[in-house]
Amino acid sequence: MSFIASLRTPRGLITALLLVILAVLPLLTQAFDQRYLLSIGTRIVIWAIAAVSLNMILGYGGLVSFGHAVFFGIGGYAVGILSHHGVASGWIQWPVAIIAATLWAALVGALSLRTRGLYFIMITLAFAQLVFYVGGGLEAYGADDGLNISRSRFPGVIDLRDKASFYWLCFALLCGTLWFCSRFANSRFGLVIRGAKSNDLRMTALGFPVFRYRLAAFTLSGAFGGLAGILLANEGAYISPAMMSWVKSGDLIVIVVLGGMGTLFGPLYGTIAFFVLEESLKPILDLFHKGWGEYWQIVFGPMLVLIALYAKGGIDSLFGSPKEWRRHG
Amino acid sequence: MAEPLLSATGLIKRFGGLVATDNVSIDVRPGEIHALIGPNGAGKTTLVSQLTGNLRPDTGTIHFAGRDITHLPMHARVRLGLARSFQITSVLREFTALDNVALAVQAHAGHSFRFLADTRRDESLRAPARRGLEAVGLPARANTPASALSHGEQRQLEIAMALAGDPKLLLLDEPMAGMGVEESQRMIGFLQGLKDRRGMLLIEHDMDAVFQLADRITVLVYGRAIASGTPAEIRANAEVRQAYLGEGDA
Repeated sequence: MSFIASLRTPRGLITALLLVILAVLPLLTQAFDQRYLLSIGTRIVIWAIAAVSLNMILGYGGLVSFGHAVFFGIGGYAVGILSHHGVASGWIQWPVAIIAATLWAALVGALSLRTRGLYFIMITLAFAQLVFYVGGGLEAYGADDGLNISRSRFPGVIDLRDKASFYWLCFALLCGTLWFCSRFANSRFGLVIRGAKSNDLRMTALGFPVFRYRLAAFTLSGAFGGLAGILLANEGAYISPAMMSWVKSGDLIVIVVLGGMGTLFGPLYGTIAFFVLEESLKPILDLFHKGWGEYWQIVFGPMLVLIALYAKGGIDSLFGSPKEWRRHG
Repeated sequence: MAEPLLSATGLIKRFGGLVATDNVSIDVRPGEIHALIGPNGAGKTTLVSQLTGNLRPDTGTIHFAGRDITHLPMHARVRLGLARSFQITSVLREFTALDNVALAVQAHAGHSFRFLADTRRDESLRAPARRGLEAVGLPARANTPASALSHGEQRQLEIAMALAGDPKLLLLDEPMAGMGVEESQRMIGFLQGLKDRRGMLLIEHDMDAVFQLADRITVLVYGRAIASGTPAEIRANAEVRQAYLGEGDA
């Protein structure tokens, strides 16, 4: 389906509208003088990159990785540690961070992908916890309290201290990630990954060395996760083990499931819904009773249950079923 | 006599105290249909799993097309031209019939580390896939999700997928299972048409089909090959009649 034709469907229209709003968000927040919203918007865009990257293995690959936030941590700490030691250039920090995340993903993938189901979930969680506790033990880098860092420098290209520029950079990277994912999903590689989700024995019997393809997908997903970590560290000019706690990994899974697993824009819908609900439920509950806002998840939880019961495909499925397989003959 | 395409020698596979494959030797020659029969629980699927690489034999060797493949993983054996269809239909349900066959074609078209090009516009995969669907009589169902195909159609699709890489040897695990008489007859005709170009090892419960198709038959009982020979020899074999055919379901 061409882009123009897709605008005629509700899904296409809503998605296009969302992307347009996201593209001009800094102008809107400036016009309405809501700087705080831009900061939330930036975090939504960064988390969406992480969610899209998790969706590559969770949604398309059917592999429930319960440690994806570790890539926030690895990307973030690579930037933070280099910055702490005076290496301020983003041209060095970012490639180092992405390589670190990629290598870690390759290592964890090589070990965890030999297992299935619950064991896979537990091993990815265990590796993530390992890094989490290492981060908490790094006295030189603030241990549990974390570390204030200065933002990556790209002299003459972009100043990340400027909120709007930084936002647009994040948005451009989200668009790039989504573009890659859209190509990936329908590529030869993507079909092997999706086929293995459906029936991995069958794929092996067709002649595919499934493990290698899954490892490549896991590694790729970690690389994009590392990118999100770099951005997250730069957004707050701060790193701490909390950015890679298992709760964040859980949040990422919730986001992907909420938005629609194995759909291109599902993770973006999920991230927006997650943040909007978090930010709006808190003040609404506080209106009823001061202090209730802290317990916003009491309302959020049942909402998730309803989604799980009545909208199996997540938010994406509310826009009708995709006609993907009728696209080409 | 032609050199065997596949030859397994002295295969033994134990599960705890149970000897599921008890010193079985079996071979398949090019252009031959070798049928493997035996009552339920005789170890037919266990034997086939060792041939495909899904299970490793405890002892014994397997040669295929002049190579020792005993220690090769399943996907590598398929690449050499040893394809299988499954007893339980295992097409990829959420893909269309054409996608299923195209994936099978793709498996034989070099590595799949290609991340950007749209595989559904890739004529080098789609065209052979369409021919594959035509060969098994499913061209009209190309764009139907595999989950929406009838049981018989799924079996046909399964064969189309197994044939995609133009395999030298086909391991067919009960291709007629669950098919009606008419569908079975069509499948028998189709398999007969295939055998000039390749060898086949056929596991089948439908004795009419077996005696129509097979050039040789091996009878497996409790993991042991109790007899092997032409259909006429097997029919005449007293031990086989007692152990198997005599049970009255032939």
